[in-house]
Amino acid sequence: MITVELFKLVRRLRTWMSIGLICALPLVVAIFIAVTHLEPPPGSGSAFLSAVLNEGQLYPAAALALVLPVFLPVAVAVVAGESVAGEASAGTLRYLLARPVGRTRLLVAKLASVTAFTALAVVAVTVTSYATGVLILGPSRAAAVGTSPGGITGSIAPGAGGAPTAGLQPGAAVTSLSGAPLTTLELAERVLGAMAFITVSMLGVAAIAIFLSTLTDSALGAALGALAVLVASEVLVTLNAASAVQPYLPTRYWLAWIDFFRQPIFWRDIQHGFEIQAVYVVVFLGAAWANFATKDITA
Amino acid sequence: MITTEKLTKRFGRIEAVREVSLDVREGDRYGLLGPNGSGKSTLVRMLLGLVYATSGSISVLGEPIPRHVGRVLPSIGALIEEPAAYPQLSGRANLRLLDAAGPHGSRRTRRRRVDEALEQVGLAGIDRRPVRAYSLGMRQRLGLAAALVRRPRLLILDEPTNGLDPRGIRDIRELLTGLNAEGVTVFLSSHLLGEVSALCTRIGVLDSGALVLQDELAALQGPTGRVLISTDDPERAVATLDGLVERRDGADLVVRSPDPVALNARLVAAGVPVRSLAAERRSLEEIVLGVTGAGTDQFSVPATGAPPGSAATADSADVSAEREPS
Repeated sequence: MITVELFKLVRRLRTWMSIGLICALPLVVAIFIAVTHLEPPPGSGSAFLSAVLNEGQLYPAAALALVLPVFLPVAVAVVAGESVAGEASAGTLRYLLARPVGRTRLLVAKLASVTAFTALAVVAVTVTSYATGVLILGPSRAAAVGTSPGGITGSIAPGAGGAPTAGLQPGAAVTSLSGAPLTTLELAERVLGAMAFITVSMLGVAAIAIFLSTLTDSALGAALGALAVLVASEVLVTLNAASAVQPYLPTRYWLAWIDFFRQPIFWRDIQHGFEIQAVYVVVFLGAAWANFATKDITA
Repeated sequence: MITTEKLTKRFGRIEAVREVSLDVREGDRYGLLGPNGSGKSTLVRMLLGLVYATSGSISVLGEPIPRHVGRVLPSIGALIEEPAAYPQLSGRANLRLLDAAGPHGSRRTRRRRVDEALEQVGLAGIDRRPVRAYSLGMRQRLGLAAALVRRPRLLILDEPTNGLDPRGIRDIRELLTGLNAEGVTVFLSSHLLGEVSALCTRIGVLDSGALVLQDELAALQGPTGRVLISTDDPERAVATLDGLVERRDGADLVVRSPDPVALNARLVAAGVPVRSLAAERRSLEEIVLGVTGAGTDQFSVPATGAPPGSAATADSADVSAEREPS
């Protein structure tokens, strides 16, 4: 059943359109920066963006930071929100279930398919932005030393230590946020870690959207519902008054992937991030299952 | 093959299906009739484990539903209301996908089974066009092909000839009759009486969720005790059959007589040229309208004093019975 879902995923034009759009954003940003040579001043703008003119190889990280807050979750919510509701409104759901495909199996296959979509999008962004970084930005203007990593807004975990300094020694390896140099291999490892973490970060949204997708026959409704949850979560994450619930918000540790670029890797928030996503998947997929398994399929 | 006992389904306060005890036997071509909104689709969905019954029990192919739905459904081909397919894929890709999604669809035989099913429904020459570009009739045929891919023992078809042209309807009828002759039990729901009377051997009639009639079609359509005669010399026929003629319409006579053979002999002996002569049988329309009320798509003020079945008597004059050569 998972194979069938993956086949449906890759044979849909929408999959490739949305991945194309997600990849286009970092490309547009890179072109603007390359043409104007104007990076966001350190301490503002998206993470890593203030360093990419110096080090094009860092651009995948900057690109991931660009698509993470909106583009990626929107795409994931749309795909996951459509998963059951779309089949219901198209009428194919009843034929799948009468085939028979077990309802639990169907939900698991849907989550697998959404995860595959997320991973595909993250890989596509990384690959295209690496090419963009090297070709358009390039390591040519390796001059500015001591760029501040403060640009990683709201992401530095409390207790991560003083403001680390990312900089570039001319001709040397990429520098970590903590100042120590990273070899290309280390950088690749850390990018892979970040990619995995970001993919997992989207599972919570995916599970919420799949749950909503079993409640309604409207794919749009399910996607928008999941996005509403995300927006609420992002608002609360920055609200001091909501600090009591912050550790449990699905977006709380979304930016912890940046810790992969510290030397040594700062694991605490990364681990929390994995844990909170696992909780969301279990709770919402469980709720989806409880609802879907006992539901009358009248669509 | 299908037995239900006092099957009931309530959606909130609406009772969609009420204590239905269905009995479909092996080898039947069973037609479930009923006006729109009479509960046919809900009943079909309950048989397939899509909708859960409020009370009562279902057994399909000897197994309880929905508990053993996974064991039973692989041997069933189903068309559930309209056909549905992934519009961006070709018809063939859709069938392969659906086959691959569930159990008992051997990958080895898949290509052959898909091609066979497409051939059975008259889509053998189908190209790689996506289903999006299909006509309504092609979609319907594809839906039927999807029901046939696993070579089922039982077909459960909701409105199988929906959207088909007359040739398509005849093709499907011949296909279903052929499959039935090979041992496939056919259970179909329809509100097209002509379809059911041309195809089915047994019928059930649903009205407002209740099964108001279930019997062999032949038994229901027993002779009415009247004979329909068409003759070139109606005057002499009336004179010969003095007193037995109930109604005369030009050259056509309706004669009260239980024995068409004796009647024919009498006319021939009297030198009346008989063009055709047949025992009158109740039409399916009369039978169904006699036991059902208005459908839920109809909102008329009930006429005072009119019994619910009165439409049948009003119609019976127009609905000439199917004539069978005797």
